[in-house]
Amino acid sequence: MKHRTFFWFILPTLSAMVLFIALPIVSVAIQSLFVENEQVLVVSESCGPFGCKETTTIDAEATARLQEEQPLGRFNGLDTYVNRSHLAFAEVGEAWRSTDTLGEFWGQVSNLPFYRALFFTLTYTAVVTPVVIVLGLAIAVGVNNLPKLLKGPSIFISLLPFLVTPLVGALILFWMVDSDGIIGATIQRIFDDPSLSLKASTALTWTMLIVYGVWHTLPFSFITFYAGLQTVPEDTMEAAKIDGASKWQRMIHVVVPHLAPLMSFVTLMLLMDNFRVFEPIVSFKAEAHATSLSWIIYNDLRESGNPLYGSAGATSMMTIVGVVILLTPVLIRTWRNFNRKAH
Amino acid sequence: MTTKSQSRIAVPAVSGKARFRLSPFTVISLALVALWLIVAAFPFLWTFWGSFKVQSDFFSKVDWQNAIYGVNTIKETGSPFTLAGYYGAWVDEAFWRNVINSGIVVFFTVIISLTIGTLGGYALARSGRRYAFWLLMAALAFRAMPHITLVSGYMLPFFEWNIWGILPTTIIVLVAINQPFTLWMLHSFFLNIPKDMDESAMVDGCTRFQAFRHVIIPVMWPGVITTGLFSFLLAYNDFAVTAMLLSSENETIIPAINSFLGTTQVEGKVMYAVAAVVSATAPLFVLILLFQRQIVSGLTAGAVKG
Repeated sequence: MKHRTFFWFILPTLSAMVLFIALPIVSVAIQSLFVENEQVLVVSESCGPFGCKETTTIDAEATARLQEEQPLGRFNGLDTYVNRSHLAFAEVGEAWRSTDTLGEFWGQVSNLPFYRALFFTLTYTAVVTPVVIVLGLAIAVGVNNLPKLLKGPSIFISLLPFLVTPLVGALILFWMVDSDGIIGATIQRIFDDPSLSLKASTALTWTMLIVYGVWHTLPFSFITFYAGLQTVPEDTMEAAKIDGASKWQRMIHVVVPHLAPLMSFVTLMLLMDNFRVFEPIVSFKAEAHATSLSWIIYNDLRESGNPLYGSAGATSMMTIVGVVILLTPVLIRTWRNFNRKAH
Repeated sequence: MTTKSQSRIAVPAVSGKARFRLSPFTVISLALVALWLIVAAFPFLWTFWGSFKVQSDFFSKVDWQNAIYGVNTIKETGSPFTLAGYYGAWVDEAFWRNVINSGIVVFFTVIISLTIGTLGGYALARSGRRYAFWLLMAALAFRAMPHITLVSGYMLPFFEWNIWGILPTTIIVLVAINQPFTLWMLHSFFLNIPKDMDESAMVDGCTRFQAFRHVIIPVMWPGVITTGLFSFLLAYNDFAVTAMLLSSENETIIPAINSFLGTTQVEGKVMYAVAAVVSATAPLFVLILLFQRQIVSGLTAGAVKG
């Protein structure tokens, strides 16, 4: 294809992506270097019969004018990145000096908002991804063994949790496990402990968020693997059967290696999607026990009347760095493959 | 050679026997499938059934069976089923307005995404040059960006230019966020259409665009429909963008459900949110019913999953 033709074909989509994905990233980077304007204060002295009194008032007009002149706020350099709500170097250093054991140190650090969110996001990603891959493969094999009549309906049912709106799907589960819901109330009755509820326990909240994550993403890996199973070469399977391999051995030595490329694709997709976990925390109202990187950005932007663009920008930039780190191995491998193909 | 032909003869007997023998492996995997199907379907059935009850039944601390038989629903309304939740959501809370907004946003997002995505995906599939590869890689990286990080970049400029809160802005943003994955998917569909088709048309004197119009467009519809389904899902299911970029009178259904939760905590009103949730899931249910085959093929076509 000629360069010129290529250019005209790609122009609309490319300009959409540059304007609304690339430029916003630049805009986020710039925002993260600024903080909100301070309110302009006026100190006036009023003298009465009992001496003089200093009063401080907010000059609303001057504040508005300042906001007009500098919508971004004041330049702050990298200070936002290292303040208490983000990397918190000072607090981490203090915790390092003042604590004796690693556990204690960790206890202090994991109370800082950014580390808390990072820790949950990483745990969620690291637990949900492998569980979903293993269970997805197991269910794909199971469905593949079903009679033909049952395959269609089971795929239909499986698609529901995956395609349902994340916020809505999480709400549906939340209403069931909440202390008045069918599962939550039953658990309370079994353990005879009315204080046992999602709202009161960090461990339960984390578990339920992870259960939601598995429920929501399992169908993706299941269906991808199910499609992959249809392409397993029959000859190899037969040969393995003749050689006396049991079902389990055939699974490990024939099916899994055949699905390996699919597995790395599924892993990549799951990592990307799990890393941006966000909606379930809103639905579960879980912010007291678990926050994610996406959620703290959302929270900064919602700060009523006065969104904290600088703070949201700094967290966004660090999230983007995290995504890039996740993607690097894939990008490197694809690049190598492309070069091999090209030569 | 001999072993191969032997194996081919031997196979029907072996697999015939294996199908009827219940090895532990088969039992476990079937049990797992059954368990999964229950876990996948039950929450939907439960919520659908419960949406026709009153709050004290659906959220019954006393006895979960109340939600099935509707004990309190009969007491309060005289019948085991009530449409009070739906009436409250659709009429009192004007949920229909959010449905119309969602309809507008989703319709235009899908149409625009497919139009510009088809052109771009075709170009990427036919170019084969290094820059095309890099564009695809950039699209992959863009696809991985959490939407909320992009949203934090939009808000300040949109406020400054006074385009915050209206539907067209959200549509354009959703189109752009949609593009990376639309491009990947259409790119892989176009790779499956033989190059010879459009190239022979060009040998016959067509320009590239004419070849695209007369040769490719007639055969591309399966791929475009599948991609369209996923664009629909992305626009319909979005929360991060619509919650932050739309003013409250322009809200689409997903942020509207979230604001219901904030405002309807009073006794009885939680059922409004339950009814709205069921209403929001219904179109997805129909979509899967009609397009199951396309969705499955789309999932496996490439870098999918919006």
